[in-house]
Amino acid sequence: MDKIVEIKNLSFSYPDGHQGLQHVDLVVCAGENLAMIGPNGAGKSTLLLHLNGILRGNSTVEICGLAMGEKNLKEIRKKVGLVFQDPEDQLFSLSVFDDVAFGPISMGYSESEVRRRVKRALEWVGMDGYEQRSPHHLSFGEKKRIAIATVLSLDPEVLVIDEPTSNLDPRSKWSLIELLRQLPMTKIIATHDLELVRTLCQRTVVLDGGKIVALGGTEDILNDIGLLRAHGLAPAVDSVESYL
Amino acid sequence: MKHSFIDEYSGLDSFIHRLDPRTKLVASLAFIAAVVLTPASNWRVFVFYFCIISFLLILSKLPPLYVLKRSLVIFPFVLLIAVFIPFFKEGEVAGSYNIWLWQVSVTYSGLFILANVMVKAWLCILALVLLSSTTKLAELLKGLRQLGVPQVMILILSFMYRYIFVLADEVMRMQQARDSRNLGGNRMYQLKTIGNMVGTLFIRSYERGEMIYAAMLSRGFDGQIRTLQSLHFRPADAYFSAIFCLMLIFPCVIWW
Repeated sequence: MDKIVEIKNLSFSYPDGHQGLQHVDLVVCAGENLAMIGPNGAGKSTLLLHLNGILRGNSTVEICGLAMGEKNLKEIRKKVGLVFQDPEDQLFSLSVFDDVAFGPISMGYSESEVRRRVKRALEWVGMDGYEQRSPHHLSFGEKKRIAIATVLSLDPEVLVIDEPTSNLDPRSKWSLIELLRQLPMTKIIATHDLELVRTLCQRTVVLDGGKIVALGGTEDILNDIGLLRAHGLAPAVDSVESYL
Repeated sequence: MKHSFIDEYSGLDSFIHRLDPRTKLVASLAFIAAVVLTPASNWRVFVFYFCIISFLLILSKLPPLYVLKRSLVIFPFVLLIAVFIPFFKEGEVAGSYNIWLWQVSVTYSGLFILANVMVKAWLCILALVLLSSTTKLAELLKGLRQLGVPQVMILILSFMYRYIFVLADEVMRMQQARDSRNLGGNRMYQLKTIGNMVGTLFIRSYERGEMIYAAMLSRGFDGQIRTLQSLHFRPADAYFSAIFCLMLIFPCVIWW
C-alpha cells in the first residue's frame, strides 16, 4: 500500500526543555483511518503539528514521498488538512465563506475555482447556505463542521483532526462521526473518545509520555484492558469494567 | 452567549443596505466634513442636513428607537470635552457662580458654541450609525481595503471584531467562576483577584493568537493576504452619490 505519512525517529522538545516526543516511528497508509489515543499531555497534539510542518523536530517526516522542509511546505500543507481542536482558533474570519475560502485563496486558486471548492466543501459537511453567517453565531457542532470544511476546501489527501468530538452532545457527536465516515480520504484522528475509535478506525496507536507504547488493530488494542489501564485510558477499578 | 453586534441590523434589505460599501463610506465622510465645516451661525443648514440624514434613516428601515439609543452614546464623550467651553469663552455673561474660592461665569457665546458642538456631533454620529448599521462589517472592511487602507489595519480590525466577543465570553466565565467561590474578603484581596484575571486573560489571548496563526499556516498562509474582489459599483451607487453631493452643496449655495 502507498505510504501517505512516514515518520522516522521523531523527537521534539519544547523551548522550555519539556520533552514532547521521543523516538516516534509511524507509517500511515493511503485510505486507512488511524486513531491516536493517550492520556492528556501524551504528545498527541504535538505529533499532529509535525504532520504539516508547524513544528519541526530533528527527524524525517515524509508526506506522500515529500520530505518535510521549507521547499515542500506549501505542497505538504495542501496534502495535509489539519483541523484544530478549538474551532474558535480555526475560524478566524468574519464570515463562513471567507474562512472556508482562506486555504484555496492562499494557495492561489482562481476565483471561480475558489468558489467551486467552497461550495463543495460546505456541501460535504452539510452546511451549504451558511456562507454569509458569522462564525460567532454558530452552534458548537456547526463550528466543528465548518472547521472541517475549511480544510476540505483544499482537497487534502490526509485529514488530521484533533479531538473532533470533544464538547459535543451525543447527537452532534454521532452525526459528526457519520460525516467523517463518509469522507473518503485518509484520516488521522487524535481523540479520547473510544466509541469514535471503535466506529471509525481500523488501526490505533497509543501514545504516552511522548512515546508510542502500542500500535495495532483497533479491536486488539481496545480489548487489551491491561494496556488501557496502564496508560490511563480505562478505569482502574474492576467494578466499573462493565461500562466499557 | 449572544452579543449584539455593531452591525446588528445589517441583514435588513433596503436601498441603503444594497449600496456599495465604498459609496456609503465616502458619502458618510463627505457628510461629516460638510457638517463640521458649516459655520455655527448657519442653523438652517443644520436643519437641512438633519432632514437629509433623517430621510436616509427612514429609507434604511432601521428601527428609530435603536438609532436614537445608539446615537446618544456619543454625548458623554462630547460633554466631557466641550463642557468647559461656556466657562472660558469671553462675551456677555449669562450667569456667574461662586464655587468655594473661585468665581466662574458662563457666557452666552460659550453656551452657543457648546450647543453647536453637540448638534454637529449628533449629526455626525447619526451618519455613522447609518453607515455601520446598514453595512456588514466584513463588507465595510472590504470597502476600506479597496479605498486604499493598508491590509494590516484591515486585518487588525477584522481579528478584533471576530475575537472581542470570544474574549468577552471568556471574561464572563471567569467572573462566574470567581463569584461562585467569592466569600467576601477585603477590597484589597478582590483587587488582587481582578489583577490575576486580567493576567490570565492576557496569557490566554496570547496563546489563542499562537493557535490562530498555526491554523492560518496550516492552510497555506505565507504572510500574504489575498482576498476575492466581490464589490460591485452599480448605477444606483452613481445616482446616489450624485444626488447626495448636490444635497450637501445645496444649502451652502442658498444660505451662505
